[in-house]
Amino acid sequence: MTRYTSVTDADLSEMLSTIGVGSIDELFADIPAALRLTRPLALDAGLSEQEVYDELKALAARSTSAEDEVSFLGAGMYDHYVPALIDSIILRSEFLTPYTPYQPEISQGGLQAMFEYQTAISELTGLPVSNASVYEGPSAVAAAGYVAKAANGRNRFVVSHGVHPHSRECLRTLAHAWGMEVVEASLRNGVTDLPELGEDASAVIVQQPNFLGAVEDLTALAHAAKQAGALTIAACDPLPLALLKTPAECGVDIAVGEGQSLGNRLDFGGPSFGFFAATEALMRRLPGRIAGETRDVDGKRGFVLTLQTREQHIRREKATSNICTAQALNALAGVIYLSWLGRRGIVELVELMLQRTAYARDRLGAVDGVSEIHDRPVVREFAITVDAPVERVIARCREHGINPGYPLARDYPEHPDGLLVAITERRTRADIDRLADALGTAVAAERPTLKAQA
Amino acid sequence: MIREADDTLTIFERSKAGRRACVAPETDVPERPLDELLPPDHRRAEPPRLPEVSEPEIVRHYNRLSKRNFDLDTGFYPLGSCTMKHNPKLHERVAGLPGHARLHPLQDPRYAQGALELMWRLQDALGEIAGLAHVSLQPSAGSQGELSGVLLTRALHEDRGERRTKVLTPDTAHGTNPATVTMAGYEVVKVGTDDRGNVDLDDLRAKADGDVACLMLTNPSTLGLFETGIEEIERIVHGVGATLYYDGANLNAIMGISRPGDMGFDIVHFNLHKSFTQPHGGGGPGAGPIAVSDTIEPFLPRPQVVRRESITNGNEPFYDLDYDRPKSIGRLRGFQGNYGVFVRSYAYIRSLGAAGLRDASETAVLNANYLLAKLRQAGVAEYLPVAYDRLCMHEFVLSGEPMRHQLHVKTLDLAKRLLDHGVHPPTVYFPLVVEEALMVEPTETETKETLDRFAGIVAEILEEAREDPSVARHAPYTTPVRRLDEAAAARHPVVRQAM
Repeated sequence: MTRYTSVTDADLSEMLSTIGVGSIDELFADIPAALRLTRPLALDAGLSEQEVYDELKALAARSTSAEDEVSFLGAGMYDHYVPALIDSIILRSEFLTPYTPYQPEISQGGLQAMFEYQTAISELTGLPVSNASVYEGPSAVAAAGYVAKAANGRNRFVVSHGVHPHSRECLRTLAHAWGMEVVEASLRNGVTDLPELGEDASAVIVQQPNFLGAVEDLTALAHAAKQAGALTIAACDPLPLALLKTPAECGVDIAVGEGQSLGNRLDFGGPSFGFFAATEALMRRLPGRIAGETRDVDGKRGFVLTLQTREQHIRREKATSNICTAQALNALAGVIYLSWLGRRGIVELVELMLQRTAYARDRLGAVDGVSEIHDRPVVREFAITVDAPVERVIARCREHGINPGYPLARDYPEHPDGLLVAITERRTRADIDRLADALGTAVAAERPTLKAQA
Repeated sequence: MIREADDTLTIFERSKAGRRACVAPETDVPERPLDELLPPDHRRAEPPRLPEVSEPEIVRHYNRLSKRNFDLDTGFYPLGSCTMKHNPKLHERVAGLPGHARLHPLQDPRYAQGALELMWRLQDALGEIAGLAHVSLQPSAGSQGELSGVLLTRALHEDRGERRTKVLTPDTAHGTNPATVTMAGYEVVKVGTDDRGNVDLDDLRAKADGDVACLMLTNPSTLGLFETGIEEIERIVHGVGATLYYDGANLNAIMGISRPGDMGFDIVHFNLHKSFTQPHGGGGPGAGPIAVSDTIEPFLPRPQVVRRESITNGNEPFYDLDYDRPKSIGRLRGFQGNYGVFVRSYAYIRSLGAAGLRDASETAVLNANYLLAKLRQAGVAEYLPVAYDRLCMHEFVLSGEPMRHQLHVKTLDLAKRLLDHGVHPPTVYFPLVVEEALMVEPTETETKETLDRFAGIVAEILEEAREDPSVARHAPYTTPVRRLDEAAAARHPVVRQAM
């Protein structure tokens, strides 16, 4: 018996006799003898609760979190403030511990929350149909590609170089299995420069704002896609959508994105959620759960999982996706966060980030040896390049307790000393000033020309 | 417009212009005109119509909603194939520590050693449990684990210069299996079930040819039965050069007792939200790590968490992310996977250790067999016979066909009547090979008293149905809403709040 089980010796003998066997071993008689493990698993012995706590705390202490440094890391996940009411709600057993709502009569809380979440995503994107969540951002891009493939049967994706590198890689992983080609559209001064699309383009895939922070002209891109008979898929950062032209206004067919910045913690990359919204025409091709409003036999309002004939448990090999368990609890955090921000709060928050980011861009741009990679409008993230080995510059900033951002070299070798800097509402003017000073000192110390003179 | 009862108003319907919960910090930098920063042609016409509500209203709204959910912490949840075992409370506390919860996924590995070491240790433990040495934690849930498994198979065959087009799945398979096969670009070929509930070996032999890439199998199967012919299945599948894939949904029956790797499986996925206690959250998050053999290892998703003995970090080994994997299938998702889930599952494995995990599986199987015997003892078998009369593993499948025929009560009706007794119904109408199926998985964390009570409730509902079947047919009566019109919802979908 462990602390999570409760079979006493008396229970055991009564249970075995009810079953009609003499031992637990007999219950496993169907497992061929050669396949039974004759030794204990090579794992450490179990620990008491407090010992496990201590071990997990010691591991936590060996990483440097956003609590321990002034971090300007972004590149897909952002250190936003998560209000206290989110934990107090999502840690309630009634939200934390049920399964997917297969029995709607006893799952109205979760189903209504999904319906509210879908409404909020529709408001952000302008698109009429949202599902109840997919895994996360980059796989959502590949999932959108699967919808496009099924919708028009064409054999090529045109994906912008400005789309998150993880999203592009997810798309390539799947496109290979579908026998589809992936072509990359390059960036010019930070934004997508679409090539001639031709007749076999299934979808044009762009990101808003793109990985380098630049706001794309989504309307023009969607127009070009439509002219070529291709769908437009936009991977959107959800908070900037408070100000930016909506995907729907731009003519986008599918808007997906990473939902972490909506009330979810960083968690070293997950769990968070992906959102997935589309036009009415694509409603029956969406992946995943969708909650819908209906009535019960007494005429009372209620919510159910709907359009289930799209799904794997009904349609099996003809399903629109294989997704089953998604990210319901994280999506719940998302809708609570959006309710907390509210209609005015979301605009104020994004305007604050816009102003501070503009300030940071000016401050950093004025630093000797720092230049901008593009001069396009940005919302909360921008790309610079430093005139010194970027890894050494980062190391020097770290000595001042500052993590200046994400180095671009791995994903954008054309910017070997590039740095992506994110300014959430948690980074104050004082933090930005510290960053500018640290960066200035670091670049000055590491600049090859200056070093040579010294 | 119908005036809705207050308890079903949405957060949007509670909105009133001017109310708010969030007050953003004051702008502390020189303000510039909006038009200068974001030209008007980039801006939306109207702000999103999010609710305008105060903090107390949000808290009250979602607390009220929560009371309209049934949950595992409140009552018995024998939902077959879902392993609704207790979610230890410690796990939320440790997952919430800032060194885990506020760690950025792109933090330089030198500053994320704690997280990478935890992942490496979890990989090591899962590899030992599976009997397959190489683990990728990346997949987000079981279905993404399956997808990676089939893509790994494709990569293996392509590496050998082979082109195969078909994947075999038993007719008892979870729906995710065939859906995954299609998504991975293969054709599904179904294999039948024999009269003992095992994979039909003759049918398998007939269908296994050089065009088959993989057989996806759950063992124990979705019938809750161990595939007694697994050794022969392995010979047939490997005999034609295909891979053997283990769907880990039912791993809870065999932890520390038998290992998929020892059975000859090449690729295994785990559902950390089933066997390893990640709370299910009303439909996620989960995580679906995979364990693979040496042959498959070169193709694993990237990046891979590795321990580099060559680089020293003081006296400690250095944990790193390895991107240099030229044969990798690539990424399935962003960053490194659902780390918060890894923290909880690692804490669970540390709490139980080898003996505790084995005890969990033994108890899960004991509880299932006891409940099956107890139901029989309660006289239920006449109407709800077990589909295949054998010792079961961690779950069993009953058929409601005699009940439907004799009492005019369907499995659905029984499920709905269980709701009135404060019990979550078992999985219904799956697997498809059993008429009016009812799939019961009690898990190891339930007490004998709970199992006794459940058997009593089922017997009581059948007794009631003998007298008046209409009671069950119109159930439930005590739930926040009664049976809902799902057909109307699908015919005229209303999927968002009208503004």
